[in-house]
Amino acid sequence: MRHDAPLAPAATRTTCPYCGVGCGVLATPDGLGGATIAGDGEHPTNRGRLCSKGSALGETLGLGHRVLHPLKRNAAGGYDRVSWDAALDAVANGFRAIIDRDGPQAAAFYLSGQLLTEDYYIANKLMKGFIGSPHVDTNSRLCMSSTVAAQRRVFGSDTVPGAYEDFDSADLIVLVGSNTAWCHPILFRRMQDNRRERGARLVVLDPRVTATAEDADMVMALKPGSDAALFAGLLVHLTDRGLVDRSYVVRHVAGFDETLANAREIAPDVTSVSDATGLPAEQIAAFYELWASTPHVVTAWSQGVNQSAQGTDKVAAILNCHLATGRIGRPGSGPFSLTGQPNAMGGREVGGLANMLAAHMGYAPDEIDRIRRFWQAPNIARREGLKAVQMLDAVADGRIRALWVMATNPAVSLPNADKVSAALAGLDLFIVSENVLSNDTLEARPHYILPAAAWGEKDGTVTNSERRISRQRAFLPLPGEAKPDWWIIGEVAKRLGFSEAFAYAGPHEIYAEHAALSAFENDGTRDFDIGAHAGLDRAGYDGLRPVQWPAPSRQPGGTDRLFGDGGFFGPERRAQMRPLAAPKLAAQTSEDFPLLLNTGRVRDHWHSMTRTGFSPRLSAHIAEPSVSVNPADIARFGLAEGGFARLASIHGTAILRVVADGGVAEGAAFAPIHWSGETASDARIGALTQPLCDPFSGQPEMKATPVSVAAVSYRFEGFVLARKPFALPAESWWARLAVQGGEGRLFATNLSIDAIATLMRERFGTDELTELIDRDGGSYRCAVLRDGRLLAAFFLAPAGRAPLWDTVKAIFADPTAAVESRLALLAGRDPGGTDPGPTVCACFGVGLNAIRAAFEAGAATAEEIGLQLKAGTNCGSCLPEIRRIRSQAGASEAA
Amino acid sequence: MAEPLIIVGNGMAATRLADELSQRVLGRYSIAVIGDEPRLAYNRVLLSPLLAGEIGGSEIELKPAEWWRARGVSTFYGRAVTAIDRAAKTVTLSDGLSLPYGKLVLATGSRPLMPPVPGFELPGVATFRDVADAARFRAVAAGAHVVVIGGGLLGLEAAYGLARIGGKVTLLHLADRLMERQLDREGASLLAAAIAARGIDIRLNCTAERFVGEGRVEAVELPDGSAIPADLVVVAIGVRPRVELAVAAGLDVNRGIDVDDGLASSDPAIFAIGECAEHRGQTYGLVEPAYEQARVLAARLADRRERYTGSLLSTNLKVSGVGVFSAGEFDAGEGTETVVLRDPAAGIYRKFVLREGRLAGCVLVGDTQGALFYLGLIRSGQDISAIRTDLPFGESYCVREAA
Repeated sequence: MRHDAPLAPAATRTTCPYCGVGCGVLATPDGLGGATIAGDGEHPTNRGRLCSKGSALGETLGLGHRVLHPLKRNAAGGYDRVSWDAALDAVANGFRAIIDRDGPQAAAFYLSGQLLTEDYYIANKLMKGFIGSPHVDTNSRLCMSSTVAAQRRVFGSDTVPGAYEDFDSADLIVLVGSNTAWCHPILFRRMQDNRRERGARLVVLDPRVTATAEDADMVMALKPGSDAALFAGLLVHLTDRGLVDRSYVVRHVAGFDETLANAREIAPDVTSVSDATGLPAEQIAAFYELWASTPHVVTAWSQGVNQSAQGTDKVAAILNCHLATGRIGRPGSGPFSLTGQPNAMGGREVGGLANMLAAHMGYAPDEIDRIRRFWQAPNIARREGLKAVQMLDAVADGRIRALWVMATNPAVSLPNADKVSAALAGLDLFIVSENVLSNDTLEARPHYILPAAAWGEKDGTVTNSERRISRQRAFLPLPGEAKPDWWIIGEVAKRLGFSEAFAYAGPHEIYAEHAALSAFENDGTRDFDIGAHAGLDRAGYDGLRPVQWPAPSRQPGGTDRLFGDGGFFGPERRAQMRPLAAPKLAAQTSEDFPLLLNTGRVRDHWHSMTRTGFSPRLSAHIAEPSVSVNPADIARFGLAEGGFARLASIHGTAILRVVADGGVAEGAAFAPIHWSGETASDARIGALTQPLCDPFSGQPEMKATPVSVAAVSYRFEGFVLARKPFALPAESWWARLAVQGGEGRLFATNLSIDAIATLMRERFGTDELTELIDRDGGSYRCAVLRDGRLLAAFFLAPAGRAPLWDTVKAIFADPTAAVESRLALLAGRDPGGTDPGPTVCACFGVGLNAIRAAFEAGAATAEEIGLQLKAGTNCGSCLPEIRRIRSQAGASEAA
Repeated sequence: MAEPLIIVGNGMAATRLADELSQRVLGRYSIAVIGDEPRLAYNRVLLSPLLAGEIGGSEIELKPAEWWRARGVSTFYGRAVTAIDRAAKTVTLSDGLSLPYGKLVLATGSRPLMPPVPGFELPGVATFRDVADAARFRAVAAGAHVVVIGGGLLGLEAAYGLARIGGKVTLLHLADRLMERQLDREGASLLAAAIAARGIDIRLNCTAERFVGEGRVEAVELPDGSAIPADLVVVAIGVRPRVELAVAAGLDVNRGIDVDDGLASSDPAIFAIGECAEHRGQTYGLVEPAYEQARVLAARLADRRERYTGSLLSTNLKVSGVGVFSAGEFDAGEGTETVVLRDPAAGIYRKFVLREGRLAGCVLVGDTQGALFYLGLIRSGQDISAIRTDLPFGESYCVREAA
C-alpha cells in the first residue's frame, strides 16, 4: 500500500482516529475529496468491524469548516491570512523573545492524544531538549495519566501487560468505571462474543448504570470514589481465602505485607466494604467469590477510575489484586487500562507527559544524561514540568508567557474551563495548530492559527490500548496550505537555530529516530523498546504492519504480553504493591451544592465534536446536551422531565435538557462532555468541573463535582434547519448539530412569536417565506423556499410540545430536491406515513419506531431485528438499546 | 289519486326538491315544474366555466329529459307563472293555462341588480344570470374591451371567464377589497394578485359614474372624469329575490318570501325555497342553503318532522387555479384567535378563526383543500384545541392515529 497516491482508487489501510481501541480502517477516496470507509478485515484489533463513529468517518471529511491557511490575529481581533514563512518566523521569533526575556520555563506546549507519535516526538524533543523547558503536557493528562502514574509506581514502567485477545479468552471480565459499550464498542463486542461463545461472565462496576450494564451478569452501582475500598476488600478476601500466589509474589513482587495491612485497615470485612461502597454485602461477597474462583480474569477500567483525585490509588488497588494472585500477563488474565484516545499511548511512549522526559524515561540523572547525549541536546530539561491543570494555572498567573496548543480544545475540556479561556486570552504568545476554523480555544483569540493536516491527510503511527503500533496513512491530499504537525514544529525548530537536529525528510525518519532512542542503551532495562524499527526506511515504514511493543531488535514480531513471569522494571525487576490512601472524594456535596455531577460520553460523539459534530448520522443519536437525573431527584428539585435545568458549581454554570434516568443514583447527575460554546449555548460542562487533582498523576477529578440544580423554563421550544449557520438571539438556549444538507439547531426561547416572525423576515425577506402563525396557540413555523427548494425551516411550539423534525429533516437533506408539497412541509410530518422516531442504530439509520414495530410484529430477539432491519449488525453499540426496547415491548404486552 | 304539487321555478332548488321527493315518496305527489327559461334545468354555478369556454353547453344540465320523464314530472318550460289564486289553489301560466295545486312551492330564485347609473339601459350593458347571458357575452368578448362592475363572487367569475375568451377586462369594485363579505384584507389582496395575474385590471374603491355610447355602450366613465373603453359592461353587484308573485298573492314578504322552519310561507299550502326565500331574516345567494332547504322540505312533504334552522354561509370561488373558500367568521373579532398559514410565493393563504376552542370560520385562498372538512368542524362546533396547529394542513393531518 503506497501512501503517496492519495487519489488512487485503491483502499488505503489506516487507523481510526477515535478511541484507544485503534481499529484498522480501509479508506477508499472517491476522488471528490471524500472517501468510503470500511473496517480493515486484516487488522487484528477489529477484523473488519467498525463502530458507529468509525463507520461515519466519511461524513467528517469535508473542508467547509477547515483552516486552510496560516492566520494572524490583527489589531481589530480578526484574522488575516499570512504566508507560512511569515507565520513560522513570527512563531519562532515570539518564542525566542520570551525565552530570552523570561527564560525557557516561560514556554510550554499543550499537546494531544490526537497527535501522531511522530508529531508528538518532535514537539517533545524541541521543547525538552532544545528550548529547555520541561513544560510539555497533553490532554492525556485528563484521560489516563492516573493509570500511567500507577503503572509506573507499581510495575516500575508504564506498561499495559495484556493483549486484546485476553478479552476473547477470559472467563470473567470486570469493567470498572467504563461505559465500554458506548466508548469502546468494538472491544465490547469481543467481550460479548466471548460471553456468548464461551460463557464468560461480565461484571460492571459503575456508579451509573449505563448501556454497558445492560449486557452484564452482575451490575454493581457503587458510590463514587469507593472503588479502591472494593478492591482493597478483594485483596483481603483473596488473602483470607488462601488464593495469594505465594511463589509469584515472593519472586516478583515487593510490598505485599504493608499493602495487605493497609487493605485490612481500609476494608477489614465485607460489612465495611458495604458501608464504603453502598453495595449490598451479599453482592460484594458474590463478586469477591466470583473473582477469587476465576483464574482467567481481566479487570479493565477507563475514565471512571482515572478521572479521580485518587485515580492512581484506584488503579493500584486493581493492580494489587492481580499481582497478589499472579493473574497478570497470562492469556485471559490481567489488569487492563482501556485508553481513551487514539494515540494517548504514543504520547506516553515519546514522553509527551510533563513528568516524563522521553521514550518511557523520566528525570533520573542517568536518564537525563542518556537522552541529552542521544539528542545532542543543548538545553535538556532537568526536572518535571507542569501538568495540564497546573500548566494553565501558570498561564493564568503569568509564569508561562508563551503557549502552543496542538490538536486539542482545552477551553472546553479542561476543568474550570471558563478560567482556562480567560487565561489563554492573556498570553504574550498564544499559538494554536488546528484543523477547524472555529472552536472554543480559538475563541480565546490566539496570535497565530496554524493549519494542521487532519486524519486522512496525516501520515504516521499511533499506539492503541494493547501497545499495538499501527500506521495512520494519508489517503487524501493536503488541502489548501495545511501541513502535518511534524513539519510545522520542525520548521519552527529550524528558525530557532536547531536545523541540524530537526532535518527530517519525512515522518519515517522521525519514527526511526524515536525507535533508536527507545533502544538506546536499553538492553532490556526499559519496557519501551522498538529497536526493531530503528532502521526502517521509507518503504519499511510504509509497509509496517500492526505490532505490539516491545519490539526490540532481537524480537521484531513484538510482544503480546508482559510480566507473566515477572520481569518488572522496578528495583530488582520487581513490582511494588502500593498501600492506598483512605478512599474519599476530593469535594463533598453540601446544602448549596447537593448533587454530585458525573461526566462522560455519549455513544456517537467524540470529545468536543470537532469531527463527529460534522456527521448527521452521529448527531442523530443524542441531539442535544442533557443532564440525566434520578426520577426521585427530578421531583425533589422541582425539575420537569424534558424541561431544562441550570447546573452550577463554584466554577461555572450550564443549562441542560433534563432526562430522567433510573440508572443515575439519587444525589447524582450525569452530563456528557461533548458540547462546547460552538455547539450549544449553555452546555460547557468543563466550566463546571473542578480542578482538584490526584497527587501522583495530576489528573483532575472531573466525575464528581458538587453542583446545585434548579429548573429553568422557556416559553417555546423548536428547531431550525438551515444551509448556513443560523444564529439565534442571545437569550435563547440552543444546541447545534450536523444534519444532511446543512446544520440544525434545537432551541428554547422566551422571545415572543412576533419577535421571532420579525427575525425571520429580517433574515430571509418575505417573498420566499412560507409561514404558519398561531400566536395564541404558541406556534410559529416557517420555511424558506427558493425556486422550489428548501433553504431553511424554523419550527417553534409551546415548551414541552417541541415539534418533531424528522420529516422536515428528510426533506431538507437534499438541497437540490424540489419540495413536493409546501403545505406538508410546514405540517412537519407525513399525514399517514410512519415516523421513524429517534435514531437507535446510527450505522444503518434505523429508528426507534421501526424497531418497536418489528418487535410487535413478532421479532423475538435483537438478532432477528438485525436480520430484518440490519440494526445492530455493524458496530453493535445499539444492541443494548435494542434489547431494552424488546424488554419494554414485552413489558407492555404483559401489561 | 296523487296530490298535485307545483314547483314554480326551474332552477337548482327546484331540481333538488324533485329529486328528493322522488326518492322519498315517488308517486305520492303529481309534480309539475314550471320555469320561464325555455330549457332543462341547469347548474347555474357552472355559468362562469361555460362563459370561459371550459365546459360545453350540455355539460351544465342538471338532469337529462329522461330523468324528469322517468319520475313522472310534468315540465312547463318557457312559460312564467303570472298569478296564484290561493283561494282556488290554482296557478295561472303566461299562456293562460291554469293548474290546480294541493301544495305550491315557490323556487323563483333571484334577479340581478342593476345600478341606477345613467346609461344603464344602453345595449351592451348587461347582468349575468343565465345561459343566454353567457352566450351573448361569448359572442362579443373576444378582443373586446369589457368592464365588469362588482368584485364579488359572480363579478370575479365573469371577469375571469371573459378574460379567458379574449376580453380585455377591467373590474371595478366599490369596496376597498375584493369579496369583502367573504374575505379578510390579506386573503382579498392575495386574490387580487392572482386575478391580476390573469390579465384583469382591478380598480378598487371605484364605481361607474355613467355608461356612455352612441346607440350602444362605448365607455364607462369614472367619478374622476376618466373613461374606460367598453364594448361590453357586465354588472354583477348583487341580486334581489324574485318575490313579485308572492307579493301579488298576498303572502308575507320582507326581502324574500318569509318562511318558517318548515319552509312554509304565511299560507300553509305554499312553501318557498332557494334564493327567493327568507328564513329567520336571512336570504341566501348560494346553492348549498337551497339544497338544504330542498332536502328539509322534501322530508316534511313526506311527513317527516324535520326542520330547517338556517345554513352556515360558505363561499367557493370557481376560477381555475385561484381557489377561494370562505365560511363563517372570517375576520378576527373580539374573543377570537387565529391560526394563519401563508405562502405568498405559491399564492396560498389559509386563515382559521377560533372562538373558545372551536372553529368559527375560515378563509382559504389559493388552495381550498379541506374546505368541506372545515365546514364540518364549524358546523359541529367541536373542540379543536388539540389539532389547532394541524388544522391548516387538512383533514389527514388532523386525524390522529391511535398511538
